[in-house]
Amino acid sequence: MDTQLDTALRPDAADPAAPRAAEPSQALDPKSLIARFGPDKPLLTDAGVALAPFQIAYQTAGTLNADRSNAVLICHALTGDQHFAHTHPVTGKPGWWETLVGPGKPVDTDRYFVVCSNVIGSCMGSTGPASIDPATNRAYGLDFPLVTIRDMVRAQAMLLDHLGIDSLFLCIGGSMGGMQVLQWAALYPERVFAAMPIATGARHSAQNIAFHEVGRQAIMADPAWADGRYLEEGTRPAKGLGVARMGAHITYLSEPALHRKFGRRFQGGSAPTFSFNADFQIESYLRHQGLSFVERFDANAYLYLTRAMDYFDLAEDHGGVLANAFRGTKTRFCVISFTSDWLFPTADSRVIVHAMNAAAAPVAFVEVETDKGHDAFLLDEPAMFAAARGFIDAAARARGL
Amino acid sequence: MSAGSHHAAPWDAAAGLPREGAGPRVDHLVVLDLVPAGARVLDIGCGDGALLALLRDRRGIDGRGIELSREGVNACLARGLPVIQGDADTDLANYPDGAFDVVVMSQTIQATRQPREVLEHLLRIGRHVIITFPNFGHWRVRAELALRGRMPMTDLLPEAWYETANIHHCTIRDFVGLCRLLGARIETAAALDSRGRAMRFALPWWVWNLFGAQGVFLLAKDGR
Repeated sequence: MDTQLDTALRPDAADPAAPRAAEPSQALDPKSLIARFGPDKPLLTDAGVALAPFQIAYQTAGTLNADRSNAVLICHALTGDQHFAHTHPVTGKPGWWETLVGPGKPVDTDRYFVVCSNVIGSCMGSTGPASIDPATNRAYGLDFPLVTIRDMVRAQAMLLDHLGIDSLFLCIGGSMGGMQVLQWAALYPERVFAAMPIATGARHSAQNIAFHEVGRQAIMADPAWADGRYLEEGTRPAKGLGVARMGAHITYLSEPALHRKFGRRFQGGSAPTFSFNADFQIESYLRHQGLSFVERFDANAYLYLTRAMDYFDLAEDHGGVLANAFRGTKTRFCVISFTSDWLFPTADSRVIVHAMNAAAAPVAFVEVETDKGHDAFLLDEPAMFAAARGFIDAAARARGL
Repeated sequence: MSAGSHHAAPWDAAAGLPREGAGPRVDHLVVLDLVPAGARVLDIGCGDGALLALLRDRRGIDGRGIELSREGVNACLARGLPVIQGDADTDLANYPDGAFDVVVMSQTIQATRQPREVLEHLLRIGRHVIITFPNFGHWRVRAELALRGRMPMTDLLPEAWYETANIHHCTIRDFVGLCRLLGARIETAAALDSRGRAMRFALPWWVWNLFGAQGVFLLAKDGR
């Protein structure tokens, strides 16, 4: 870990944002495939806005078969992106789900055509608050309409129409991606053959909304946020976004994992310095997480996407009865949770499973034992892979793939 | 997690039961005879899904399962069976009344914490209930206790008392008593011999209770 991190987020430290490019380049010029939708194809959002024009940045792997029956849609999480199996254009890191997706992996790119799109409202090439508003020729900022999980799914459906994919073999995603999977199954049941919502819930809990609100307030309390107009001001609310990320990152881990990884160990010494430097390794780690996040993510996009998760309540959309969201569905489901996930605990997954059962939907459920917390769905979890492989292979047989 | 989580899975114990060649377990074939084609079936404690797969392949049922162990659930997933990792003692309350044509509980009720409550749920969830269980009244069990003075270990009950998942043993007669207590109508009853074959003739309960290694019951709730 970098010792420079110790000072980076301190109020008196040099502003790390100032010398850098003032706008996130991937928002405007992404290294990605792009589907563009003109004024004739607006995205009709839950907020009552017809968003047009707009674009969806996406990546693919594998080949679509002649029947167009082997398509897999990956739905990414809050701060994820479309680069599921591709080197990240900003960080240079490998694709974020190469543990699960690739040749010979449970989501086998030798057999399936895999698509992942950046969600609407994000900042990696799909239209969002960092995109240029054609009405004003400047960044949308807070003029961008609030979007919901359902809006994300509608935009993905438009992308699939654009790609000529009528029905998905599999829709899979974790966390906010899992919310999209559930929304897909509820909104377009006939277009989803199999669905895997992982480490997610059918609604965002009050505690989760509370964590998100702390993150948003950290961003908005940063003077560099400038009421959301920082792109024109040439600044970036790096401190606010960094603190938001630090807080959120804690919720993605677990106490045992934090203790195992860091304990109370000191950073670069064995004694306290009697200062507010990052004495503890855990502090240094969190500061690093905050700092590296602001390199790749737009603060306003973070506001919008956290809000979209907060608004998600699938039961509320179906008369208060979650089972109604899955009534009559033919989709086969596999729900996965992790024992140490306290952001979307197993109880949340059981609510989903019970609702699917009540609706007579074919559902499998696995609780994976791990101490890695919510982020386990992104990590090397052999028990998750075994469950995914069994479910996906059996679904492929049922679909004749 | 409750009964069984730290022990060999119940189906591992039952795996010692005879098969016809490499085919299905003989006691599974007895259950197969009781399940109508195309039924909606819930198998509680479904293990590796062998019975559900048999019912699906031979009877065309729409099957669901509940299994405590992740290994069992994974085996079911690989068979394409929709099985939920869960606990019969806690999860049955969430199933609606009459949700299934048949609810099967094979070699599992003796491993639950609350067999009476579990059986009440089965009778509520299923229009018919099929239960199989090891008969603690079998002569070999009695002999182990009476002559050796030890807790019995047999093919069906292969684990020592301190590590078995089976915490609520009963005899065939005990089970009939519970059925009466709960107002469950016994539509069919059979005892299986130690090789898992149904004892052919209708015999008095005391004979089955002495010579039956397993009891197999098809139940329905009175008034349904």
